[in-house]
Amino acid sequence: MDTVKVVHAVYTDDEVLMAAVKKVREERHHIEEIYTPFPVHGLDKAMGLAPTRIAITSFLYGCLGLAVAITMMNYIMIDDWPQDIGGKPSFSYLENMPAFVPIMFELTVFMAAHLMVITFYLRSKMWPFKKAENPDPRTTDDHFLMEVATRGNEQAVEDLLSSTGAIEVNIVEKEAH
Amino acid sequence: MASHYEAPIRRPLVLGEKSYHDVSVDVARPVEGQANRAWWIVFSISLIAFLWGVGCIIYTISTGIGTWGLNKTVGWAWDITNFVWWVGIGHAGTLISAVLLLFRQKWRMAINRSAEAMTIFSVIQAGLFPIIHMGRPWLAYWVVPIPNQFGSLWVNFNSPLLWDVFAISTYLSVSLVFWWTGLLPDFAMIRDRAIRPFQKKIYSLLSFGWTGRAKDWQRFEEVSLVLAGLATPLVLSVHTIVSFDFATSVIPGWHTTIFPPYFVAGAIFSGFAMVQTLLIIMRKVCNLEDYITVQHIELMNIVIMITGSIVGCAYITELFIAWYSGVEYEQYAFLNRATGPYAWAYWAMMTCNVFSPQFMWFKRLRTSIMFSFFISIVVNIGMWFERFVIIVTSLHRDYLPSSWTMFSPTFVDIGIFIGTIGFFFLLFLLYARTFPVIAQAEVKTILKSSGERYKRLREAGESLVEKATDERTAGKPPVKADPWVNIGNDPSVVATTVVTEEKVAESAVIEPSTAENTQQTESLMERLGHFDPKTQSPDDLKRIKGIGPKMEESLNKIGIYTFNQVSRMTKSEYDLLDSITGSFPGRAERDDWAGQAKNLID
Repeated sequence: MDTVKVVHAVYTDDEVLMAAVKKVREERHHIEEIYTPFPVHGLDKAMGLAPTRIAITSFLYGCLGLAVAITMMNYIMIDDWPQDIGGKPSFSYLENMPAFVPIMFELTVFMAAHLMVITFYLRSKMWPFKKAENPDPRTTDDHFLMEVATRGNEQAVEDLLSSTGAIEVNIVEKEAH
Repeated sequence: MASHYEAPIRRPLVLGEKSYHDVSVDVARPVEGQANRAWWIVFSISLIAFLWGVGCIIYTISTGIGTWGLNKTVGWAWDITNFVWWVGIGHAGTLISAVLLLFRQKWRMAINRSAEAMTIFSVIQAGLFPIIHMGRPWLAYWVVPIPNQFGSLWVNFNSPLLWDVFAISTYLSVSLVFWWTGLLPDFAMIRDRAIRPFQKKIYSLLSFGWTGRAKDWQRFEEVSLVLAGLATPLVLSVHTIVSFDFATSVIPGWHTTIFPPYFVAGAIFSGFAMVQTLLIIMRKVCNLEDYITVQHIELMNIVIMITGSIVGCAYITELFIAWYSGVEYEQYAFLNRATGPYAWAYWAMMTCNVFSPQFMWFKRLRTSIMFSFFISIVVNIGMWFERFVIIVTSLHRDYLPSSWTMFSPTFVDIGIFIGTIGFFFLLFLLYARTFPVIAQAEVKTILKSSGERYKRLREAGESLVEKATDERTAGKPPVKADPWVNIGNDPSVVATTVVTEEKVAESAVIEPSTAENTQQTESLMERLGHFDPKTQSPDDLKRIKGIGPKMEESLNKIGIYTFNQVSRMTKSEYDLLDSITGSFPGRAERDDWAGQAKNLID
């Protein structure tokens, strides 16, 4: 397996981390990843991460749920076996539709919520028995870890990170992608 | 960075001198520690109640619904009363975590986890009743529209009872994933602290391998927001649909258009009461008084008071509309409720639900923990009576006076109800010992803005940078050791007390202008502009976050008095300033003094 060298800088404060991210980006080094114990607001923008599109998927899944509900009830209640239930109109979907609104709503929400969460889990590589990938266990408690690519320039990156208020700067060998 | 700013008028949500690490320790303590005697006693009582309930359920199923107190006039009684009561209680959790998230109410963060747990556990109890009531629960899957061996025999989508199936299963499952997604980072925190291999294995499994990358957090926050947006109409729909079970029928007393909003308000009312009951005990038992504060209890009391008043309005509206409708059956149903043989239940409901929450207008009472606990129990009882009144008093005197009768529960009715209470507390007690009961990752995000200590520091004009750092974990280890060795709060690892740079800096700040600095000072002042005491007046530099009284003094010594001067600072001026004052390097830049000063000029 090929390995690449990366620098891990450990911080203990979110504001120091934010300032460090800005500095590293100004110096045109590549931030591979940042591990934080809680969401640091504005970090994604400072790192230059693209906005997430997960809300859009949720909307699409919701549309799918609505379509499934309409198709299902049209088949069951109108096409397959129309029945006279309390004199409610049973030969036209549109006329019977008001009685279906609750189910249409519930299925929309059901699909939008569950499929979005499943998408989130898969995209972020989370499922039962998945092994955690945070390089330092303290990053779920109160430490922040920034992983910066060295590109053969270890000393410069290490010096830069040391000057940003990191409490630890380590050079780590990592498997190349 | 102004991101941690919060108006000083807001009361702190996290009390005490908490660092980020303290939050982890406090939340992990009940999980990592041993259960005390009180826990075992309550657990045993709940287990006995649960087992009694299981016995009664087995007896019901093996013998038949005839073991209950139902008769041909009163076909729904304790079973559906209990069902609606439990579903109602299940509303507070999603309301707190979803609606309060949309309204950006930070106080939800201390209570949302437990409120959602309560939601899930109570919806489980609720779901038991319709299934048992079917009589042949092994055929419960018949409510699902699946192709079957009876030809084209489908479920009836015109029926509110089927809507209920969809609403409650959607609600339960969506609440569950909402809850679990929020739990992942907190399970991961416990996983990474765990010392025993078994514990580590379990929490690794539960945390789904949560890693906490910046991208994960970005998605996490978006998912939470969207789920909140979906769960808000969902939670309102569930009790609306439960109320349709009654409102779409033609029974006097049930056939009312006010039912959906009235049921939803009642559900929130009873749900908050149950959250109050549970959390007042839990904050004490788990030592979480710093997170679930009296302010939290007070705010929940206000919600109880408002929703209780809405419910009161609904009761009175019902009476008015019954009279105004001119329908004599409707009029009789309500007259019978208030003055008939079940008047005691009606007035118990009125007293508990309409009268008792009005005490919360008084600040002394709504900030009293004992009184809040008492009222929460009263409301729980009152809301059970509300459902009993709606169901039984509407049925027991129907259109045919010869079939008028009363309902009396058998020991099986009572046993199943007690059993679900036991089951509920059993689940909650197990949860309180194994789950992170506070959303610690979320609390850490508001620690600097809403923590008591940080509010105080901010008001004193001090910078919050590195203030939430804990000496126990931030002490630089003597060697570059493998980080996986230094896990958790092992005191031998964290003992290296490093005097923080800040402290060194502050003592150095006092005597900045030594001779060697003079030249630098002059060049700095050249760039920033000199202060002329004849034409200008000095500004209060302490208003800039990160400048305290000492820093202001040393800035004045250099010759910096006004926001105008500070606003001209750029990177090179900051560096010069750092070298003159010898202060904590980079602090001025991080706090963006120039930007703050610019705002203060305007």
